[in-house]
Amino acid sequence: MTIDWTQYDPGDYYDELICAPGKAREPARRLVHYLGSLSAEEIEARRITAEATIQEMGVSFTVYTDEGNIDRSWPFDIVPRVIDKKVWDVTAAGLKQRLQALNLFIDDLYHDQKILRDKVLPRHILANSQNFRPECIGLSPPCGIWAHICGTDLVRDRDGRFYVLEDNLRVPSGVSYMLENRAVTKRVLPELFDSYRILPVDDYPDKLYDTLADIAPRQYREPVMAVLTPGIFNSAYFEHAFLAQQLGAELVEGSDLVVGDDDCVYMRTIEGLERVDVIYRRIDDLYLDPEVFREDSVLGVPGLMRAWKAGKVALANAPGAGVADDKVIYAFVPAIIRYYLDQEPILNNVETYLCDDPKQRDYVLKNLHKLVVKPANESGGYGMLIGPHASDSERREFAARIAADPRNYIAQPTLSLSTAPALVGRGCVEPRHLDLRPFVLQGRELRVTTGGLTRVAMARGSLVVNSSQGGGSKDTWIVDREGD
Amino acid sequence: MLSRVAERIYWSARYLERAENTARMINVYSKMLLDLPSGVDIGWYKLVLLNGAERQFERKFHHRDEHSVIEFLLADVDFSGSVLSSLQMIRENVRTTRDALPAEAWEQVNESAIYATSRLEYGLRRGDRYEYLDGIIRCCQQLSGMLDTTMRRDAGWEFFRLGRNLERADMTTRILDAGASMLEGHPGREEPLNLVQIVCGNVLRSASAYQPYRRVIKGPVRSRLVVRFLLEDELFPRSVAHCIDQMIDAVGALPHQRRVLKMLKCERRQILARLDDETLDDTLRDHLNTLQVQFAEFHQEFTRNWFSLERPEAR
Repeated sequence: MTIDWTQYDPGDYYDELICAPGKAREPARRLVHYLGSLSAEEIEARRITAEATIQEMGVSFTVYTDEGNIDRSWPFDIVPRVIDKKVWDVTAAGLKQRLQALNLFIDDLYHDQKILRDKVLPRHILANSQNFRPECIGLSPPCGIWAHICGTDLVRDRDGRFYVLEDNLRVPSGVSYMLENRAVTKRVLPELFDSYRILPVDDYPDKLYDTLADIAPRQYREPVMAVLTPGIFNSAYFEHAFLAQQLGAELVEGSDLVVGDDDCVYMRTIEGLERVDVIYRRIDDLYLDPEVFREDSVLGVPGLMRAWKAGKVALANAPGAGVADDKVIYAFVPAIIRYYLDQEPILNNVETYLCDDPKQRDYVLKNLHKLVVKPANESGGYGMLIGPHASDSERREFAARIAADPRNYIAQPTLSLSTAPALVGRGCVEPRHLDLRPFVLQGRELRVTTGGLTRVAMARGSLVVNSSQGGGSKDTWIVDREGD
Repeated sequence: MLSRVAERIYWSARYLERAENTARMINVYSKMLLDLPSGVDIGWYKLVLLNGAERQFERKFHHRDEHSVIEFLLADVDFSGSVLSSLQMIRENVRTTRDALPAEAWEQVNESAIYATSRLEYGLRRGDRYEYLDGIIRCCQQLSGMLDTTMRRDAGWEFFRLGRNLERADMTTRILDAGASMLEGHPGREEPLNLVQIVCGNVLRSASAYQPYRRVIKGPVRSRLVVRFLLEDELFPRSVAHCIDQMIDAVGALPHQRRVLKMLKCERRQILARLDDETLDDTLRDHLNTLQVQFAEFHQEFTRNWFSLERPEAR
């Protein structure tokens, strides 16, 4: 027995590999053919290899449960997703355009606020933003960049086009899994790397290093870098450690750092105190500095904001960058791109209704059964209402929440997320929904990952891809077919 | 190197040594009990006493029998000296110092933890125990050897050496103490005649010292000579003297080492001077106890000098 592609029916959705039962999309043709040539035993053997590799590499993430924190192996599907390089090049250009505009936008908000004066963004939307930091007004971080690292969530709709679902500008995670997924796939399907020109992804740590080096305050020497983690109990700790190692940076916790009277940040080392130039911080703004933000934070470093304001240390992302990571602001991004760059957006937004606007709110309340409602400032897929799958009482409860705090909610049509074949049993594949999170970097230059992290909703019909809620992932191949 | 990272590497080494030695001890003990003449019962519970873990043991177990003791020493999650706890602690420490250790270390630690946990039932069964423990020892040595051949000889390495040798010296005194306590339990020390032989032989074996001892010291195994060998032989890697020499060497390569170095050198002289052949039989256990207290003080000094985050000094 082997995979029978004629039995694979993507139905009404856009499938990444198969366009009709038995018929592969051109870029995926070799992969589909190859998988079809393996027996069920061989495929099972490779799945086991993948599982063992992940366990041995210790690729894990932490899940918080009532019984305590569980360190789970990273759920991985061995069937890669294939995207043609030509399609990807356009997408990548769109991602760069978007981050460039967002950085101009953030910088404007903390300086002249021209966009408010010109009435492109209504003033009260900013006034009600949870992530706008008045402490940052008037500051100018190096290169004028606030969001150095952005994880942009893309989805493909029925038409096969990429749409931006959200811009994660606070502490987006997942890039290490993108790199590990590739490492696993190389062990599991090595044959295909000969016949395909699959573009490598492992230059990401170098790109990240260059971006962080761009913003170091002491440009005349090799910068001393640190990755600031909340600690081992954070769900992304694996990634923090991984990135520190790849960057040649120290992985530090708040208690490892101290701010001196000279406003410089120092690490406590066995040789005494050593000055740090750049901190890639993986803790939220509000925990960064108990002297400025939450007093009870033990994760942060007292005086860190003082050091940053004095320009003695660079923080990536800059405090306050999260103002653009807001699902209400998201609705304005196409306008933001036009306003600052005078260009048409290359990538489209998903149609979005702002509950803040009375007319749009009316529409949302009347059509809850068709819509997905999201709070403006949550991440990880928490606090959402998926209208079509919700009960009447859940919908009523959400309607009340929206009425109470309209600025905090947006709604979007239920998307027909694209699918790809996922292994669900011995030699058996079924379509599963997925999204894509590329990572975009901006220092002196704009840089983007080759592909990104593909997240898969492992349950049949599910649209929830978040790893904290049972999602899995697969390798993402950008293939160059020039001259094939 | 971050103080916190240095401390975690140091502890990884200590736990690695602890896991290996606990496995060795159970192994040798299991074999020794087979050799003892009938009527001599030295009991499994000695292994608990030897680890100074009576209280932790009593809290969970009601019988001092083989099964309880073995389960406690292999798998008790609340006893930090158990094999599984030690491996788990290595895992946590390595996991939080991944950026300072070779990448393979993490994979190796994971494999060891998977081995020890998934096959635990073999370790609890008398018939399969030897193989299980042998596997644990191999896992530890594999990790140890891998670090030996791949770790850069920077401060991290010296802290690793420091932790390893401190723990090893401590374990050697505990192994000796175990032997001494067994003989003590039988006042007619010459009767049964071969008890001394058996115990001394096994003390040596649990420290992998049997062959080296034989090569250095000709003639039959004598308890005093065994003690001398395990405490004083400068060339045997598990002897207390050698471990302290290694610590002196490691400390010498670290920053801000003056005070600690002086202390180690001074204690090295004293430790061996205190041993008097005439009174050895009566004072040995006290002497071993003093040594263990001394090692705890070494640890305090290391912490104060390199790990403590309270140090106010600035450059």
